[in-house]
Amino acid sequence: MNMKLLSIKNLNSGYGDVKIIKNLSLEVNKGEVVSIVGANGAGKTTLLKTISGLIPATSGEIWFEDQRIDNLPPHKITELGIIHVPEGRRVFPFFTVYENLLIGSTMPRAQKERKKNLEYVFNLLPRLAERKNQVGSTLSGGEQQMLAIGRALMGMPRILMLDEPSLGLSPLLVQTIFELISTIAKEGITVLLVEQNVRQALKLSDRAYVLENGSISLEGTAEEISNNPDVKKAYLGL
Amino acid sequence: MIFLVDFLSAVVNGISMGAIYGLIALGLTLIFGIMRIINFAHGALLMLSMMVGYWIWKFSGVNPYLMIIVVAPIMFCFGYFVQRVFIKPVLDAQKDVREPIAVLLLTAALAIVFENLALMVFGADYVMAKTTVTDATIALGGITVSAARFYALILALVIAYAFYLFLQHTELGRRLRACGQDRNTALLMGIDGPKTFAIAFGIGTALLTVAAIVLLPFYYVHPTVGNVFMTKAFIVVVLGGLGSVPGALLGGIIIGLIESIGAQYMTATLTTVVVYLVFLLILFVKPSGLFGSRLEW
Repeated sequence: MNMKLLSIKNLNSGYGDVKIIKNLSLEVNKGEVVSIVGANGAGKTTLLKTISGLIPATSGEIWFEDQRIDNLPPHKITELGIIHVPEGRRVFPFFTVYENLLIGSTMPRAQKERKKNLEYVFNLLPRLAERKNQVGSTLSGGEQQMLAIGRALMGMPRILMLDEPSLGLSPLLVQTIFELISTIAKEGITVLLVEQNVRQALKLSDRAYVLENGSISLEGTAEEISNNPDVKKAYLGL
Repeated sequence: MIFLVDFLSAVVNGISMGAIYGLIALGLTLIFGIMRIINFAHGALLMLSMMVGYWIWKFSGVNPYLMIIVVAPIMFCFGYFVQRVFIKPVLDAQKDVREPIAVLLLTAALAIVFENLALMVFGADYVMAKTTVTDATIALGGITVSAARFYALILALVIAYAFYLFLQHTELGRRLRACGQDRNTALLMGIDGPKTFAIAFGIGTALLTVAAIVLLPFYYVHPTVGNVFMTKAFIVVVLGGLGSVPGALLGGIIIGLIESIGAQYMTATLTTVVVYLVFLLILFVKPSGLFGSRLEW
């Protein structure tokens, strides 16, 4: 049953001479929701950027099913169905909501299914349908996050990587976004979630990794992690 | 009455020349908007387009305007090749730099190479595609304008509008705009960055070709002809707002109008002074240019 979708072995990466990710290994199985939690500067964003090919891996291996992807350019990686929703949403500010969704389905695989996926996204996020012709920069933070997720869904993700989706949102909207992620996961899309909001992230995850200084310091089921005394003290404020 | 006629034909001539400046600036602004590269080889590429157009016309003898169909694809490929072979390696080495200076120096070097290659291959002669169009005039109401300049105006406006539609409404246009707005996020959308950059450079060069071809029937070509237009294209781009498509066209027409109307009433030297004065005044009031350099692709 445990089909490995993404596996990372002894990964190292960073910016120039600055090493951020140090000897990191992790696995994500098909259909799982996996969280990576950790403090600011632990290397969470760098890890996702390395997986999606924005930053080259200096050593180690990244495998997606039976294909090694750590030397592929970003557009080849998205074509495989590894879709990264970047930190800070990164909605295209001068594109309308509609154009933002279209650009999310640039890869040939997703372009063919564009019509069907647009319908699916507008159904899932009716707010986006209402704002179809509004320019990205005029949306609220919550709407932008919905758009960023909707745009990623247009790319037909086999694994959806979300970088801090709750960042800068009001508590009510954080709830909405986490519910949305949970809905997406229930439809069978594998989710790799990076969060500082540890409590919420663990609530909807199957498993979790704790990232400290670029390496995994703890791993286990979401329940094990939330009951770990160190995690309780450091991240949950208990 | 004669005063008015002179004035009106100066206006038409100015708009025509201005539209050509705008077209040249459009390529410059496209390349900057998408790659953040200020292309110092733009003038030299204009000169190459004119040279290639001139010699193909000279040997084939067909209508010079038809040269666009032949020369634009050639120059598109040349631009694509220049980006892939020369610019990309330097750009990759400066990956994390927002406005890579080394690339700017590289394009300046390419300009020198192109100019001297043209000097070597085509010689230093001043040549022009003299055809029936060159001396023909067209009567517009009460005024007569040079046919070559009139056709140049029409073609420049049509091509600029077509380019605008291409950017707004096609899949490829959307990809180019996405790269201009946010390069890294564009990559996450599955856009092939290096290929898109090369296409942008190719399209910028092809736009230049249209300007080059419409200039052929009334403008002398020589290896340093690019410098004249390069300086003006820079003024136009900054005046209209770096990265703005309508800004490039409007900026071009403003400069063209000042030059043409000014030439009626004062010396060429003084006209140039006025051009720069207006340029400075507009920047003084609106430092980001007429349409702002917010790079709204």
